[in-house]
Amino acid sequence: MAHVSDQIADDILGYLKSHETKSLLRFITCGSVDDGKSTLIGRLLYESKMIFEDQLAALEADSKRVGTQGQEIDFALLVDGLAAEREQGITIDVAYRFFSTDRRKFIVADTPGHEQYTRNMATGASTAEVAILMIDARKGILTQTRRHSFIVSLLGIKHVVLAVNKLDIVDYDRAVYDEIVEAYAEFAKPLDFTSVTPIPMSALRGDNITDKSGHTPWYNGPTLMAYLETVEVADSAETTPFRMPVQWVNRPDLDFRGFAGMIAGGTVRPGDRVKALPSSRESTVKSIVTMGGDLNEAVAGQSVTITLNDEIDVSRGDVLCAADDPAPAADQFQATILWMNENEMLPGRTYLMKTGATTAQATVAAPKHAIDVNTMESLAAHTLALNEIGVCNLNLDRTIAFDAYKDNRDMGGFILIDRLSNETVGVGMIDFALRRASNIHRQALVIDKTARAESKGQKPVMLWFTGLSGSGKSTIANALEQKLHAMGRHTYILDGDNVRHGLNKDLGFTDADRVENIRRVSEVGKLMVDAGLLTLVSFISPFRSERRMARQMMEEGEFVEVHVDTPLAVAEERDVKGLYKKARRGEIKNFTGIDSPYEPPVDPEIRLDTTNQTPDEAADTLLAFLREKGYLA
Amino acid sequence: MTDLTHLQRLEAEAIHIFREVVAEAENPAMLYSVGKDSAVLLHVARKAFYPSPPPFPLVHVDTTWKFKAMYDFRAKMAEESGMELIVHINEEGVKQGIGPFTHGSGVHTDIMKTVSLKQALDKYKYDAAFGGARRDEEKSRAKERIFSFRTAQHRWDPKNQRPELWKLYNARKAQGESIRVFPLSNWTELDIWQYIYLEDIPIVPLYYSAKRPVIERDGTLIMIDDFDRIDLHEGEKVEEKMVRFRTLGCWPLTGAVESEATTLPEIIQEMLLTTTSERQGRMIDHDAAASMEKKKQEGYF
Repeated sequence: MAHVSDQIADDILGYLKSHETKSLLRFITCGSVDDGKSTLIGRLLYESKMIFEDQLAALEADSKRVGTQGQEIDFALLVDGLAAEREQGITIDVAYRFFSTDRRKFIVADTPGHEQYTRNMATGASTAEVAILMIDARKGILTQTRRHSFIVSLLGIKHVVLAVNKLDIVDYDRAVYDEIVEAYAEFAKPLDFTSVTPIPMSALRGDNITDKSGHTPWYNGPTLMAYLETVEVADSAETTPFRMPVQWVNRPDLDFRGFAGMIAGGTVRPGDRVKALPSSRESTVKSIVTMGGDLNEAVAGQSVTITLNDEIDVSRGDVLCAADDPAPAADQFQATILWMNENEMLPGRTYLMKTGATTAQATVAAPKHAIDVNTMESLAAHTLALNEIGVCNLNLDRTIAFDAYKDNRDMGGFILIDRLSNETVGVGMIDFALRRASNIHRQALVIDKTARAESKGQKPVMLWFTGLSGSGKSTIANALEQKLHAMGRHTYILDGDNVRHGLNKDLGFTDADRVENIRRVSEVGKLMVDAGLLTLVSFISPFRSERRMARQMMEEGEFVEVHVDTPLAVAEERDVKGLYKKARRGEIKNFTGIDSPYEPPVDPEIRLDTTNQTPDEAADTLLAFLREKGYLA
Repeated sequence: MTDLTHLQRLEAEAIHIFREVVAEAENPAMLYSVGKDSAVLLHVARKAFYPSPPPFPLVHVDTTWKFKAMYDFRAKMAEESGMELIVHINEEGVKQGIGPFTHGSGVHTDIMKTVSLKQALDKYKYDAAFGGARRDEEKSRAKERIFSFRTAQHRWDPKNQRPELWKLYNARKAQGESIRVFPLSNWTELDIWQYIYLEDIPIVPLYYSAKRPVIERDGTLIMIDDFDRIDLHEGEKVEEKMVRFRTLGCWPLTGAVESEATTLPEIIQEMLLTTTSERQGRMIDHDAAASMEKKKQEGYF
């Protein structure tokens, strides 16, 4: 891989010494599909001589086989790692690449341009100090460019390279370049970047990558490599007050008690006064312990073990802070959240929130507003879907120490984890803590249907059993309730006979009374669903319009119509209560199926044929349905 | 203000990762392969928990075909670190007589390494396993998370990885599921060697060049580590050559390179001036395109 330096051959010790003191720069490349990100990174690796001969041979063979550049080397193939990508010809995940020059070592996150993978871009941006935004000179600024710029700025990257790529295809036309640079400057004004450095280039041809291009005599700025080697990224974490989230308490024996963690801000020395948050207990630093000996000083970015002079109670998740400039502590925040999961954010649901070394339970309120990433305007929103960004309040189950994200990335960034799937479903940045007084609507906000259902670990639903008298509705509903109850689920059965003995004892069997009967039952059922219950309604309910009315009272997915489909002949033959005989004898008027119509459901969620399954089997069918549809999750 | 060098930053990151896992996992272990990456991994682990010994065992999945020098070194490092050493061998494979000469590298690696690793993880119920893999080693590793989630069947799903932001690692998992953790993800081969040099970390002597008995087979120099377990083909003759190893695995599957490098700076010099990548000495990568990705999905580290 010959770092072309002769120094390696002549003076390896000298080389090692100089390499040892190199700094590290982490950057991301982002842009739209086919803007040439992978080509650029492949080119950087190639130009910095990070490609071995065997890799180069494989690359040349691959280029001819699946490359998109004819007989020329397709640099994108160097970094498009996964087999699936090679087939699709796109980058689908974050890939990390490494190269170094004589001045710096680099870690590159190659991040995808496809809209559905925006979450990966945020991942790459979270650890980067510089962002390279790729623009296809032919296409100019696209929706994705805006989206990526916004995410980059949201995640606190201060330095941006505007890489106006594929300039060879537009004949290195300065006017095209200038127009893009101008349009971007206008767009990026509100984004709070410290610097935006435009560079005209062709990653494919190597223009202005490591050497100044003869094709762009009108350009006087640095090449991309020169920029990356020299850009100053002031590490703000080192100028912030001392912070160290405690990861682990080290207790090898009774005489040693050390607090292990990575310093997230500032500097610490023995003798410094520190405050442990959220307990607010204070002590002084006794020593900074490492295997290589005690340190006189440790700075942000170092992993150390700190001992204190006093026995104060400190455990994982606490934060050691400079006593004269401690972090605030709170349990309610406003945060900007980027949603990363296919299942949308559920306001009122409790997620696990991990920040620093703390994991708390956090209830997310409905977004105050979402942010349109193309225009950066506020939008009304009830929730956040995959890749959507919004501003929300969070309510934690405990007080935590924090800093605003803009002040300290490690003290203000958090991830949200779904408690059931364990997936990382969202990420957020703390804007500021809420004062309790400004959040008095908390009760109304939090204890709603979702919250009640959450605490029961189920999704409330109204199972509406309809069918002829004697069809088996109540028997099946009872069997199902027993099974649900055995599973620890919270249920209730509203049964026609029982309700008519109480709430509806003033109603008869005329059509009008039947409608009122169903209306009342629907309302009661709705209250029970609101309470978070799996509600089983067992009513003949012969008319489609009333069943439709009940359905319309409920939210999407809350109403499940179960048609207990027993033919009249079978029900009449069973005649468990002897009612059919009475009706046939004319002793009961308006009996459904005899002298009052039954309108069978046209499109029920479930149809149970009771002629070929037992009530127990029918209950199992329903149970499987509930499971499959996530009501029991 | 002290400016941290890239190696200091990489070390601090690895230490942070070790501590997160120990704080969040119930039963972690370190997969110890005895090679140079494992040497660095072990060294960083000791730094992370000093003055305590690392609070997890070293687990070596032994194919029974490692170099003798590796077995000696393994025992020495376990003793020095004060950590428990657990050696797991796929006894079923031993009974069937699985070996690289008789069954080829594919079958041998699958039965004695991949299957054996899964056996060990199931047997001891480790819910987190540290490994020394680096992203610069191979294309599919370049996209793997530091906390790499595995199903109860030990499978990796590259399309469904958890987003990993800042220094926040999601270590949550259901019963039976596990996480492979790669604290050295962001290190390069040069970083590894430079760190070994700077920190004076002991490594298996096979990395240094010495006169060793070798034969040439299929264009690869094979060192004869055990004369009882190799049948010489016609025309093959054992020669003493100055050779060393750039990577260590099963001795019949690991090609030696001719070299005069007997010190660390010389090794680094040779590595920097060489023109082939590290894993080329290993035969398992050549099997098929994207083979490492496939093996990873099946549970090979």
